[in-house]
Amino acid sequence: MKFISQKNNLGLHLIYIILCLIFATNVSAENNADLEKLIPQLQVKNFKKKIASVKQLAEINKPQSITILEALLDSRLYYQKADKSVVIIQKKDHKYEIFSPLDNTKIGLVEKKTIKKITTNNKLRKTIRTLLAQKKISHTELNIRQAALKEILTSSDASLLPVLQQAKKNESDESQKDLLTLAIALIEVDSKDNSIRLSAIKILGNSVFPRAKGKLEQVLLTNDQGSFIEQDKDIITASQKALKRINSKLSLFSNLETLFFGLSLGSVLLLAAIGLSITFGVMGVINMAHGELIMLGAYTTYLVQQAMPNDIGLSLIVAIPAAFIVSGLFGIAIERGVIRHLYGRPLETLLATFGISLLLQQMVRTLISAQNVPVITPSWLSGSLVFNPAFAITYNRIYIFFFALMVFALLMLILKKTSLGLQVRAVAKNRSMATAMGIKTQWVDSLTFGLGSGVAGVAGVALSQLTNVGPNLGQAYIIDSFMVVVFGGVENLWGTLVAAMTLGITNKFLEPWVGAVMSKIIVLIFLIIFIQKRPNGLFPQKGRSSGGH
Amino acid sequence: MIINYFFPQFMHKDTGGKILLSLLALVTIMVIIFNFLIPLLLPEASSWHMPTYMVTLLGKYLCLALLAIALDLVWGYCGILSLGHAAFFALGGYAMGMYLMRQIGDRGVYGDPVLPDFMVFLNWSELPWYWYGFESFAFTALMILLVPGLLAYVFGWMTFRSRVTGVYLSIMTQALTYALMLAFFRNEMGLGGNNGLTDFKDILGFSLQSDSTRIVIFSLSAAALAMGYIASRFIVESKLGKTVVAIRDAELRTRFIGYKVENFKLWIFVFSAMLAGVAGALYVPQVGIINPGEFSPLNSIELAIWVAIGGRGTLFGAVIGALIVNYAKTYFTGALPELWLFALGTLFIVSTLYLPKGVVGLFERFQNRTENNKLEEKTA
Repeated sequence: MKFISQKNNLGLHLIYIILCLIFATNVSAENNADLEKLIPQLQVKNFKKKIASVKQLAEINKPQSITILEALLDSRLYYQKADKSVVIIQKKDHKYEIFSPLDNTKIGLVEKKTIKKITTNNKLRKTIRTLLAQKKISHTELNIRQAALKEILTSSDASLLPVLQQAKKNESDESQKDLLTLAIALIEVDSKDNSIRLSAIKILGNSVFPRAKGKLEQVLLTNDQGSFIEQDKDIITASQKALKRINSKLSLFSNLETLFFGLSLGSVLLLAAIGLSITFGVMGVINMAHGELIMLGAYTTYLVQQAMPNDIGLSLIVAIPAAFIVSGLFGIAIERGVIRHLYGRPLETLLATFGISLLLQQMVRTLISAQNVPVITPSWLSGSLVFNPAFAITYNRIYIFFFALMVFALLMLILKKTSLGLQVRAVAKNRSMATAMGIKTQWVDSLTFGLGSGVAGVAGVALSQLTNVGPNLGQAYIIDSFMVVVFGGVENLWGTLVAAMTLGITNKFLEPWVGAVMSKIIVLIFLIIFIQKRPNGLFPQKGRSSGGH
Repeated sequence: MIINYFFPQFMHKDTGGKILLSLLALVTIMVIIFNFLIPLLLPEASSWHMPTYMVTLLGKYLCLALLAIALDLVWGYCGILSLGHAAFFALGGYAMGMYLMRQIGDRGVYGDPVLPDFMVFLNWSELPWYWYGFESFAFTALMILLVPGLLAYVFGWMTFRSRVTGVYLSIMTQALTYALMLAFFRNEMGLGGNNGLTDFKDILGFSLQSDSTRIVIFSLSAAALAMGYIASRFIVESKLGKTVVAIRDAELRTRFIGYKVENFKLWIFVFSAMLAGVAGALYVPQVGIINPGEFSPLNSIELAIWVAIGGRGTLFGAVIGALIVNYAKTYFTGALPELWLFALGTLFIVSTLYLPKGVVGLFERFQNRTENNKLEEKTA
């Protein structure tokens, strides 16, 4: 398997072409006699002569000959009526920019009536296409060869067979060679010789390229009575076998893709729930404003990007600590201002924090905007990792997966290895005993709540890259986050991790069967029933605290 | 007191309830006299009457007040904060909505005698099985009680038996209503999807647009509120009610004494759900629409705040809270829409921090103070 970024690859290809053009202008100036001789012959009326000149032109081993042929193919090759000189044109507003075919230098801007198109017919276009493919497929630059092959693979013109076979012989790059084999097989499937066909079918069976599957299905077409149009039995069985192979491979890849989507949804859930797990687990506080703390993190990302519009790539890195601080401070304010006065009254805490969530939502609407705000995705997050034609995953989801794991590990470290973590765990286990040991429980409460809220803010930064950032962002996640925390078992970060991933993957695997909404409903109902069976979640906390009253 | 003559024995000490029901009766009788009888008997004196939209608005408030009583019964008396009570309300509403849809008959846009418009639009060829029977009002009335009751029974049976309590229970109920909302949003559900059920024409043969029908529905809502109140008061004053309060205050102790805690909880939860269903059923013909938005978790939480503002565990406090908050909502969303969420959010915080007993508690505190002052004067 080869790791290439599709998008980057195309971009590189373009850059290469431009470079070639620039390079061409330098070289061609030295010796363009052959081109100079051939170019005027392109404007003869006789198509036979035209084809002959095109062939001669193709034999000239210069980048400029490709440019000229492409221009002719795209109907951009004209001649000037005044002096019959051939030019390449580029439409600009209502006029035409003309370029020299020799070295691509700009000659001037002209009216349409002063130039005339060099006509082509089907046969000529076909010849040019073959010649161009031939030239590009054996080009010295690998990128151009790859791009050319990609184009050939989408059309598979039978006349290109000798060109491809020749190119395969000379090819040194392994993956390019494999693709060439595939391209040849795609053509050879329709060959007259049965042994060639069989080996071609075998090759197609090893590929997940969509056209390979299509070609095999085409071989296996049936007539109205349901019997195969294809007469040869061996061909039919071979094709069926190959098709089966392809389908099992495709379903493997689609399962892999679903698994990845599940992990990605799971990591989003993990990010959203992990802060809640801390505040809910350690303090037993239901913070309904948790979703809004996530939203504040997402808005912080937006504001940071507004502040540094020239460094979008960097802005996301800056936004992470910024969001942590903003949401963390809001969290501490909520704890000090409201929750502190409601300890021991969890239902009232729930209602009061819900009130806070309404206030925060409306605050954002009033201060910033009621509409969604645009958060830009930096270039290092866009694009996707292409494994093969049937399996590609986007970078932003990969990053978020690892980011979630990183946040998780960091929190684990804080809780297990720092003195603050020790105090937090002590307070969670036994508040009065912790007080007796000299821990300032109120201070620990504030810091814990600040930490949980800050993590919510960091989750907001990540979410801003996946969903729309608007005042209602938080509401969409609050119920899901609670479900994750309750499912995993309160005050148990590992439980939260397992729960988030399980729910994410379950959700995505159900989706193809029952649809997105229904799979969500099924997961919710499953959770409601699960909690009845195991009220303390997957990994219940051991200790005396369970029970109540 | 002479007024006790009008009320059953168990309400004699319930001063707040007596005042509330008397006021309710007074308003209803006035609406009937001024909006119904006078225009009927003396058409020229019609300038006196209350505008119909206000009658409908008042009717709406009364339905919501009944819903608030339903929640107060489980929260105030049994300590179960259900954050999904609007689901029972909406289910009752949908049952009524289905009846009203069937009443449209062939007067819909597509003129199909059996299928509602949205089904014709979605190319459904026949009525799904769960729509059968809703052409009959008696069946519908049964369903209005049965559907919310059954859901509450199943959910409560599972939950109370496995002793899920407190905030966990609240989150579970919230998940329940959220799941229902998602389900009702689906077109495949056969209940109108996103748009819900609307364009109702008439009920029991009377046009829903006419003033007299509206006044009748208003009076019915008032009657339902009064009866719901009296029934709830009866329950909380009965031996069962005392047990339920004992469960609220010390669940384990009550269990150890020998009571089957989950049965008591289940009983009151199901009754409360049915009450909510009735409220929803009366609400729908007055607003003329029922859609999945009614299931949204926000509605249920807002409902909790009505009860908290009014005062939990008093029943009449729930009614007062529902009326105050909903009037405020009508006012704010009309005059200052952007301030409504600020006001609601502040209400949540202020009521939990400073008014643990709600408006009723405030009033009682004031009363106690004046009584204490009197006592001091006497002793001095």
